[in-house]
Amino acid sequence: MGDESSVWGDGASAVAELSEVRRIYRMGSEEVHALDGVSFTIQRGEYWSVMGASGSGKSTLLNVLGCLDRPTSGVYRLAGEDVNRLDDDALSEVRSRNLGFIFQSYNLIPQLDVLENIMVPLFYQEEPPEDGEERARSLAERMGLEDRLGHRPLELSGGQQQRVAIARALVNDPELILADEATGNLDSQTAEEILNLFDELWREGKTLVFVTHEPHVAERASHVLRMRDGRVHEVTTTHRERGGTV
Amino acid sequence: MITSPLLRALRTGVKSLLLHKLRSLLTTLGVLFGTGSVIAMLAIGEGASQEAQEQIRLLGSQNVILRSIKPQDDPNQGNQTSRVARYGLTDGDLARFEETFPGVESIVPIREIAKEVRFEDRLLHPRVLAVTPNYVQATGRLLWEGRFLTPEDDRTLQNVCVLGTEVARALFPFESALEKRVKIGSDYFTVVGTLAPRVRLGEDRAQPGTEITGEVFIPFGTARKWYGKMQVKMRSGSRDMEEVDLHEVILTVSHPENVRMVADGAREMLGRFHEKKQDYEVVVPLELLARAEETKRIFNIVLGSIAGISLLVGGIGIMNVMLATVTERTREIGIRRALGAKRRHIVTQFLVETICLSVGGGLFGVALGIAIPWGVERYADMKTVVTPEAPILAFGISAGVGIIFGLYPAWRAATMDPVEALRHE
Ligand SMILES: Nc1ncnc2c1ncn2[C@@H]1O[C@H](COP(=O)(O)OP(=O)(O)OP(=O)(O)O)[C@@H](O)[C@H]1O
Ligand SMILES: [Mg+2]
Repeated sequence: MGDESSVWGDGASAVAELSEVRRIYRMGSEEVHALDGVSFTIQRGEYWSVMGASGSGKSTLLNVLGCLDRPTSGVYRLAGEDVNRLDDDALSEVRSRNLGFIFQSYNLIPQLDVLENIMVPLFYQEEPPEDGEERARSLAERMGLEDRLGHRPLELSGGQQQRVAIARALVNDPELILADEATGNLDSQTAEEILNLFDELWREGKTLVFVTHEPHVAERASHVLRMRDGRVHEVTTTHRERGGTV
Repeated sequence: MITSPLLRALRTGVKSLLLHKLRSLLTTLGVLFGTGSVIAMLAIGEGASQEAQEQIRLLGSQNVILRSIKPQDDPNQGNQTSRVARYGLTDGDLARFEETFPGVESIVPIREIAKEVRFEDRLLHPRVLAVTPNYVQATGRLLWEGRFLTPEDDRTLQNVCVLGTEVARALFPFESALEKRVKIGSDYFTVVGTLAPRVRLGEDRAQPGTEITGEVFIPFGTARKWYGKMQVKMRSGSRDMEEVDLHEVILTVSHPENVRMVADGAREMLGRFHEKKQDYEVVVPLELLARAEETKRIFNIVLGSIAGISLLVGGIGIMNVMLATVTERTREIGIRRALGAKRRHIVTQFLVETICLSVGGGLFGVALGIAIPWGVERYADMKTVVTPEAPILAFGISAGVGIIFGLYPAWRAATMDPVEALRHE
């Protein structure tokens, strides 16, 4: 990690910085501490996996990282910016410009075709890039979807749908890519292909965080974060490096 | 492909609406019928009002018209012995009007002669009117051929007549009526002129061959000499005799602002000399016009309320469907929010859909609203007028309904919590 910061370090190399982040759900008189004082830092170019039992707060953590949800207390800095200080519009702009989401259930928009689905994040940027469509096409090509551009999501297999979702997550050239059980609905071979894509993105210098239930999948990352009851149980480094062999 | 955001919102909106064609169609029906009925009713109302105003204007807006009317049978005199009914405006009344009546420019006495009109084997029953030469000025009617009656005709009791358009056309379909001699009752009259139609020829509703409601004019003096004051009317076998001096008197006022004064004066004077029975009426076209305008105003208010209610119902229908749509598409909203859509993007998206629905309904409604008056005019023979403002107004209101009733569902969609929305099945 020392090497990392020397290569990428310019003072603002921390992509995500959490300190004592809590997310408390109130249901009547009961309180659920989905996140119960979480602190860690993700540097630019790191590849994190998140493990933990069901209900341990993994999705909640990813939602906070992805600015979809705000911490009840504590500070979350995204690229140095305190998220709690941003209003709803500013958070939306951050999502459309700097973040890429990949969901377990793909979450494509059924009435749009593949190309349109890939381009959705660009639609919502204040200043959409001019080469948006070219970018979307070349990403589709990279995902092996070039002959499916005009298809609706329901006409695609699960693996293909998830590739569309990945292309969509990449179209805005995000700082941080978040994947919540992205391979959970896929067979092992398709899952492997998707994970290889993640590895590839990491090697290209992207910062990724993905949630998984499978230990051998988690081992592919550079950092493994284990959650337990809304707390960080442990963070381990796997000594895998971007430039290293797969 | 990244064009203007609004255009894209429109495209997306239309796409989602087309996904549920039947539902979208049914949703628009409320606004469709609302808009359609507004335009149709406005057109029919406007047509009726214009027709009424036209008729009133034909009477002459500077005229005060006095008419004899046969009084209801007096129950005190209930026996059938008195065969001759005497009633109406008298020569005395006329003399009093002619003597001193300020503000009156000209006076036209009119007698109606119950005689048929013949030429060769053609027989008509038009209104035969004995009038003075100033009749044409008072009523604003125009000559078609020849001349109207002159003071000379009246003074020298000439047997000349002027035919109304319908009579001229019925008696002389293929030739000019001028110089022909027609028989009125048992006397011959020479045609010296014909009048232009009251309405433009193309709009004349009198069908050829059907009942002719035309008029024939003869000099007042001549009529007095030949036909006297007594009229015999054959009615279902029995003979009715009436004695009426004047059937109508037209007072033409020099200035429109004097109409009211003259009308009041006439009412007062006639009231004084016709104490026993109400055998006349005073018709003031200007007052009728004002009343017609008032009626139209009330009609428009009632119409506006009905239209408002029907559009309200249509709008509620749209809101209902849009609320269901928002719930149905909760997950899509969550996805869009997660990918960076701001609240206003979501508001725009749903508002555009609602406006598409209501404006779509409004457009078809305008078409319906133009088609209905057209059908009414064609098959019910009623005049209708679709003013250019009516479709614009109805259309604007329907679009407004879309915005007003679309705001709440759109706001609901935009204020959803993105995480909750994403979890929605
Ligand atoms: N909207 C909510 N209201 C109340 N409690 C919630 C809500 N969302 C999450 N929780 C609670 O927060 C805790 C963490 O939930 P979270 O979804 O983050 O778990 P997870 O680690 O992703 O589980 P899984 O592996 O099953 O996806 C759970 O106990 C859950 O019941
Ligand atoms: Mg989860």
